[in-house]
Amino acid sequence: MRSLLNRYIGSPIERVEDLRFLRGRGEYVGDLARPGMLHAAILRSPVAHGRIRRIEAAPALAIPGVHAVITAAEIGALPRIPLRLQTSPATEPFRQPVIARERVRYAGEPVAVVVADSAALAEDGVDAIRLEIDELPVVADRHVSARHETLLFEEAGTNLAMKFTAVKGDADAAFRDAHYTRRARFRVQRHTALPMEPRGLLAEWDAASGRMVVSGAAKVPFFNRRTVAAMLGLPESAVDLIENDVGGGFGARGEFYPEDFLIPFAARSVGRPVLWLEDRREHLLAMNHAREMEAEVEIACASDGTILALRGEVYVDLGAYIRTNGLTAPRNVAQFFSGPYHIPNIRIGSSALVTNKTPTGTYRAPGRYEGSFFCERLIELAARDLGIDSALMRRRNLIADNEMPYKLARVEPGDLYAETECDSGDYAHAFDRCLAEFGWADKQKLQGRLIDGRYHGVAVACFIEGGGAGPKELARLTLEGDGSVTVAVGSAAVGQGLETVMAQIAADSLGLAIEQVRVLHGSTTLLDEGYGAFHSRSTVLGGSAVSEAAALLVEKIRAAAAQRLGCAPSDIEIGDGRAGLRGGPSLALAELAADRIEAEYAFANNHRHTYAYGTVAAHVAVDPGTGQVDLLDYLVVEDVGRIVNPLTLHGQVIGATVQGLGGALLEDLVYDEHGQLLAGTLADYLIPTASDFPNIRAISLEHRPSPTNPLGVKGAGEGGIIPVGGVIANAVAGALSELGAAPDTLPLSPPRVWRLAHPQ
Amino acid sequence: MTIAFTVNGKRVAVAVEPRLSLADCLRNQLRLTGTHLGCEHGVCGACTVLVDGEAVRSCLILAVQAEGSEIVTIEGLSRDDGLSPLQTAFRKHHALQCGFCTPGILTTAHALLTEEPDAGEERIRSVLSGNLCRCTGYIPIVEAILEARSAYQKGEQP
Repeated sequence: MRSLLNRYIGSPIERVEDLRFLRGRGEYVGDLARPGMLHAAILRSPVAHGRIRRIEAAPALAIPGVHAVITAAEIGALPRIPLRLQTSPATEPFRQPVIARERVRYAGEPVAVVVADSAALAEDGVDAIRLEIDELPVVADRHVSARHETLLFEEAGTNLAMKFTAVKGDADAAFRDAHYTRRARFRVQRHTALPMEPRGLLAEWDAASGRMVVSGAAKVPFFNRRTVAAMLGLPESAVDLIENDVGGGFGARGEFYPEDFLIPFAARSVGRPVLWLEDRREHLLAMNHAREMEAEVEIACASDGTILALRGEVYVDLGAYIRTNGLTAPRNVAQFFSGPYHIPNIRIGSSALVTNKTPTGTYRAPGRYEGSFFCERLIELAARDLGIDSALMRRRNLIADNEMPYKLARVEPGDLYAETECDSGDYAHAFDRCLAEFGWADKQKLQGRLIDGRYHGVAVACFIEGGGAGPKELARLTLEGDGSVTVAVGSAAVGQGLETVMAQIAADSLGLAIEQVRVLHGSTTLLDEGYGAFHSRSTVLGGSAVSEAAALLVEKIRAAAAQRLGCAPSDIEIGDGRAGLRGGPSLALAELAADRIEAEYAFANNHRHTYAYGTVAAHVAVDPGTGQVDLLDYLVVEDVGRIVNPLTLHGQVIGATVQGLGGALLEDLVYDEHGQLLAGTLADYLIPTASDFPNIRAISLEHRPSPTNPLGVKGAGEGGIIPVGGVIANAVAGALSELGAAPDTLPLSPPRVWRLAHPQ
Repeated sequence: MTIAFTVNGKRVAVAVEPRLSLADCLRNQLRLTGTHLGCEHGVCGACTVLVDGEAVRSCLILAVQAEGSEIVTIEGLSRDDGLSPLQTAFRKHHALQCGFCTPGILTTAHALLTEEPDAGEERIRSVLSGNLCRCTGYIPIVEAILEARSAYQKGEQP
């Protein structure tokens, strides 16, 4: 008999998910089929702003095989999509109705749903509907929006949907007295998460029992169940959301979108299962966009480079409505602007302005990516002005180990995290490790040098990554008749390897082989509550819930075994699928399962976030003739507290980094002045390919565990992306320093870099 | 109209509309749902299958064009219940996360290594640049394919 051994946590366990994914046996929502299933397609507004004069459905209904056309008229009173985060009565006028009735506010807004025998027929039906719209003046960007001449919501009286302010100390006083101040403007372009699987939903209505089952849920199935049940006038218990395999989320998939109401409504209307699968053009128009922000900000420093204060304004182009998490990035950019730096005085405003474009929401590290770009550029400018080595300036200003926990700026209007503090960390340790492994001392000598026709540049950036948002997560462990254990967890899988990580934690806690643990997740059928997959919270909260529930299960197994063996529970040891006395009689766990042994635990973290942290370094070569930026080396060093699975963690860090490089160098959801999206295909919206960024390295540390949870883990799904915009822009600035280049706008696409290399 | 071809070694005959893509035919008619559709305009590569040994985007050809051909999908890449050396290398290197692009990447890599078992890193990256992956950053995918080369060099695949 062996006592509990730590065999799986910390080991590069190959994923259990892979066995089905590698053989084409995954089951994504688009793979589902039901007898009698119909298919839906959605007519979307072709114009960015207008009044609907007429929707004539008859030509569509005349097509054989078209069963229904659903518009606002068929729905009646139109539900509007609630906010999931940053809720406030002030947001009411800006919420999106589930379908447009009289007014369309972005190209892509749903106007009608066609239900037909096949997807092709449904699309034929969409084409046949006659839609007449009187166009209104288009609010194409935040500058037009801020004039408040054309209002998207007359009843609101303004295009300013919300303003956040992050405050700490007295920024104005610090600026008044500072030795050095510098003001600058920056812009991050609109881009998007772009998971490889477009969205999809299968809704099944059982009229006899009054039950609705919706497959294709992701991220937050329990919140979405509450929402759709209320909208359909059903009790929550009559609705289930099923999580299938999910082809990537990155913050955007799984939030409540108009279709999350429309497809269940359609299924109930026609009385048959209805499947809707988004196509890629539709995805680029309909799924949350992200990141479009401009900043007018200032930094104040002492002569030695000590940062004294930050202040300024960020303007967020929100798109046409506030969606479920539309205010998360605007709030985050204010609070996390200062990143890992000790900055005593802060006042950053963040204004979210509505425009006639696709609504925005979260994309991996919302607001943090943008804020890091702004802050890292400001520091670089300040260091250059002050004649200080910018890497040393960063190190000098990092929050120190002995300042932990360290309070960040308070954000107003407040939410549960208005005040948050970095939990633990030795930020300088990660910094030093990064520079040493990168070979900074040598590579720094290349700064600005022209070698074989290319300018070389290097830069470092530091970051913190918030994780582990509360309030809690649930897990239930059940001992099965074959001695295995089923783990049900309220966390959701979006492709990040949740099943493996949860199985590792459970197996170690129970002393079982990982093959003896089966993990179920996400679906509302499993548990009473679940809080889902966002804010890098699954391992922190879901993992802790599994660990704590496992401890309870162990106690119950001990008690049951003790009763049967006639000894004290404390004498029982569990291991290798048996429970019993050391060197004495024991029982197979399978024998105990008849006692129906089950344990449930809700792990709450009292809204204490985890903060992983790290430093990155980049080496680029810039071709002044073409504007091409080549990434010659990139290293990220991140301390995540404790590593459950180095394979999946490494995957998160590298994957996030490459996504960030897409945002820094390639991706751009370009709109014209009429509010038309010009990047509506993957040939126009460029994401990184296999040949773009071969040189990326990652080192993960376990130097400072988190004190907020029993595992000591920190959320680690987003850190990789956060510093990319800043470090790449600063490396390009370093490369072109002789030319006085000061990159202030992303992406650093070849035309933009060419212009930096050819100043007028 | 009715067409006939071979899929994963089995002869099939299927009634299709002329406008039906091969991808939709495989997924919906034949229920081979391992072939995924990520863009339906030939950019992402998720729907890549082997047609007479060549990697082909099944969203860009019509089912009727496949008449008489031999098709291999992800479901046909490993013979028995185990993993092929290529799949094993993918698992070892964590070359997949959400798994959605994976079938197209495996078929593409299989076609490449069958033809060029000595393909170098640059060649692999160049061929793979027609397959989009949003999760991994590609680095572990390239590592896995490099490792799987030895099986193809020895003719062990699949």
